[in-house]
Amino acid sequence: MKKALAAFLVVGLLGIAAYASLFVAPTERTMGDIQRIFYLHMPSAVVAFCAFLVTFVANLLYVFRRQERWDWLGVSAAEVGLAFISVVLITGPIWAHPVWGIWWTWDARLTSTFVLWLLYVSYLLLRTLVEDPHRRALLSAVYGIFAFLDVPLVHMSIRWWRTQHPQPVLMGGPGTGLAPEMKRVLLINFIALVSLMIFLVRERYELEALRAQVDVLRREGEAA
Amino acid sequence: MKNLDSVFAAYLIGWAIFFGYYLTVGRRVSALREDVERLKSALKSGR
Repeated sequence: MKKALAAFLVVGLLGIAAYASLFVAPTERTMGDIQRIFYLHMPSAVVAFCAFLVTFVANLLYVFRRQERWDWLGVSAAEVGLAFISVVLITGPIWAHPVWGIWWTWDARLTSTFVLWLLYVSYLLLRTLVEDPHRRALLSAVYGIFAFLDVPLVHMSIRWWRTQHPQPVLMGGPGTGLAPEMKRVLLINFIALVSLMIFLVRERYELEALRAQVDVLRREGEAA
Repeated sequence: MKNLDSVFAAYLIGWAIFFGYYLTVGRRVSALREDVERLKSALKSGR
């Protein structure tokens, strides 16, 4: 019942966010309607970074405490973060094609984001290659700590290098910024996507807990 | 409105990824719940 209510709330928030992005936000002066993709693209990137930060913290906690719940949280947040970063990598080129005239370019921001996607795909693949649960958890935790190093690199890439990707619109210094109506719509999208991320991580965490329960029951069955 | 098809495509694909992912997690959770029940009843019956 609680889960159904949470799902209903998340879907409701996503609906409000999509409506605000497509019909309430003012049309951007130079790019026109294609700029509306920004309200999904940019918060998805920030939410992916948040999910990877959760993975990073959970990985550190696993290395120091060796409690399996941190391993469960780490893999759950990594998989959810990967879903969000996939949305970023798909919506970006859909925006870029009419604006830049190309789908993709290997600039610092796009390349580092693609590398981030590859790093977390590898994180999940690595887990499938190791059978022993403790070894798997430790190896993936150590790998996950290093994989997170790409997140600050992606974030800073448009500040450190001249890129095709637009410069930051929030906290980007003088001459940058959003109209107040646009900021409100962006905030609604942040809230909706953060709530979706929390909902998905909880669901995914339950899956890991069940998987561990199945392993325990199987071992009990073999011992009996 | 120009490029609105691209805007709708981006939102539809984004939603499809999130919804599709949720479905795969839900399916895996249901399968594991069934496994738990099956293993519990097998242990109870002493098999």
